[in-house]
Amino acid sequence: MASVAICARGIRASLGQTEVLRGMDMALPAARWTSIVGPNGAGKSTLLKVLAGLLPHQGEVTLLGQSLATLPRRRRAQQLAWLGQSEISGDDLTVWDVAMLGRLPYQAWLGAPSAADQAAVEQALKATQAWDWRARTLGQLSGGERQRVLLARALAVQARVLLMDEPLANLDPPHQADWLGLVRTLVKQGCTVVSVLHEISMALQADEMLVVADGRVTHQGACADAATHRSLERVFEGRIAIHAIGAQWVALPIASAP
Amino acid sequence: MTRIIRQHRATLWLGLGLLLLGLLLVLSGASVGSTGVDSLRKVWSDPLAWQIVWDIRLPRTVGAWTAGALLGLSGAVAQGLFRNPLADPYLLGSASGASLGVALALVFFGVSPLATHALVRIGLTGAAFVGAVAAVLLTLLLAQGVQHTLRLLLAGVIVGVVLGAMSSLTMLMVPDVMQAMQAFLLGSTGFVDWTACVLMACVWLLCMAVAWLLSQGLDGLSLGEATAASLGLPLAKMRAALIAVLALATGTAVAQTGLIAFVGLAAPHLVRPLARTRHGGLVLLSSLMGGALLSAADLLARALIAPQELPVGVLTAVLGGGYLLWLMHRSTRTTAGDVA
Repeated sequence: MASVAICARGIRASLGQTEVLRGMDMALPAARWTSIVGPNGAGKSTLLKVLAGLLPHQGEVTLLGQSLATLPRRRRAQQLAWLGQSEISGDDLTVWDVAMLGRLPYQAWLGAPSAADQAAVEQALKATQAWDWRARTLGQLSGGERQRVLLARALAVQARVLLMDEPLANLDPPHQADWLGLVRTLVKQGCTVVSVLHEISMALQADEMLVVADGRVTHQGACADAATHRSLERVFEGRIAIHAIGAQWVALPIASAP
Repeated sequence: MTRIIRQHRATLWLGLGLLLLGLLLVLSGASVGSTGVDSLRKVWSDPLAWQIVWDIRLPRTVGAWTAGALLGLSGAVAQGLFRNPLADPYLLGSASGASLGVALALVFFGVSPLATHALVRIGLTGAAFVGAVAAVLLTLLLAQGVQHTLRLLLAGVIVGVVLGAMSSLTMLMVPDVMQAMQAFLLGSTGFVDWTACVLMACVWLLCMAVAWLLSQGLDGLSLGEATAASLGLPLAKMRAALIAVLALATGTAVAQTGLIAFVGLAAPHLVRPLARTRHGGLVLLSSLMGGALLSAADLLARALIAPQELPVGVLTAVLGGGYLLWLMHRSTRTTAGDVA
């Protein structure tokens, strides 16, 4: 059995007065790509924030065998990288500066970036094809270009676990395909990737799938399993159908009768 | 890489340029007044001229630069901390708190801002400072801490409105203080002496050191709170320290010069197109820009209708308002261009 990267037990979390996660248990395998899917409001993004230690919650989360609650902040930041839904405001920062922020967990306070930091940033910017704009500011980039820079920032952390919330937002199909290739390379290198995705067909490219609905995990299994497909069709109330096209699975929406 | 080095060079040149401009403005300020440049010419031979230049003109000019530098610094910190380019140093209610403090001091001690007695001056300054700090503390209390930016902003607006209304009510109930309050509300550098200059300079050094030390955190915050937290930044402690900087810098400036609008808001906006820099550079450059802005406004306020003078707060409000209107017009035009 594969080792576990993130384990969660009895997770409950609320946003304001509303309980969003209602007791979740899961074990996400190491060096695999797990996608989290579910209908709107199922609690996917909230779950990802809890797994990253960014939201107060009940229950216990362990990261690579260590309790997230007791893990020092800096150590956690080195082991787990986070790419959230865009809430950026730093239009004046250059692409290079943004990617370099990913190296903060390794740098002394106000210390100059080391050669290793520079190399990690260069590698990340080249991997997301953002290297050519490194001197531009974020304000000079389009939505898709910004998303690639933010992905580079997360890659620059060089963490063993990478959590991404809607990483394909604003990306065109060729760059979605590049992202897919990048994730597969990372997984091959031993990185654990967990992503929340709205596009079910892209989510079905993952190794594992966590299906959530109404604040609970309804299914966890391999993306190729028929049981996973049935669970998906069930949580979307039969409004999608999963088909095989070549070696890939795709989800097609079923239009309701007029 | 060449372009990045060029950007750092632009930051350095802008900083040096603003420092020189500030120095030039301070020297020009020493030659403007009712006796004109004559006092400056006779400064070494005539004791009265020396007194005019050393005891009146120079402290107010240096004071204008320092107060502007404090407001510029606060503006850059506020805009970074609240992740909003329209954030103002007075956002947490400090201006209304300082006004109420002065209004209450005038009512209870019967003093006037025009009085020059040191004790009276310290009394009014102290009241303004206590009012500003109390207002920020009240804002923090209402927002239940520094964790939630939106709650903090709303609490700041509420405190500002309520304390502003209380100041107005005080003036309505005790009309004797109305004229004295006006001098404070319109903003003036006319009452700044060397003690005030030293006090503001010390506060500036302290606030600049803290803001610069936390500038990396401000860079992280610009990627969003969740991302900043995921990078291991101690957000709660950082926010608390930056709010303390904001309260101290704004409270000190307002206490010495009254309410001066737009300097804190406009200084970072004037810096950004000239030098793309991270928050460490932005805070320092905005501070230098704020100093130059208020020195220039003070010079204009004294020269425009000499030997009379305009309240410098009125001038910064008119010029700053005009600048923001232009900025709004330019951004509307750019957006329209993008859509087309």
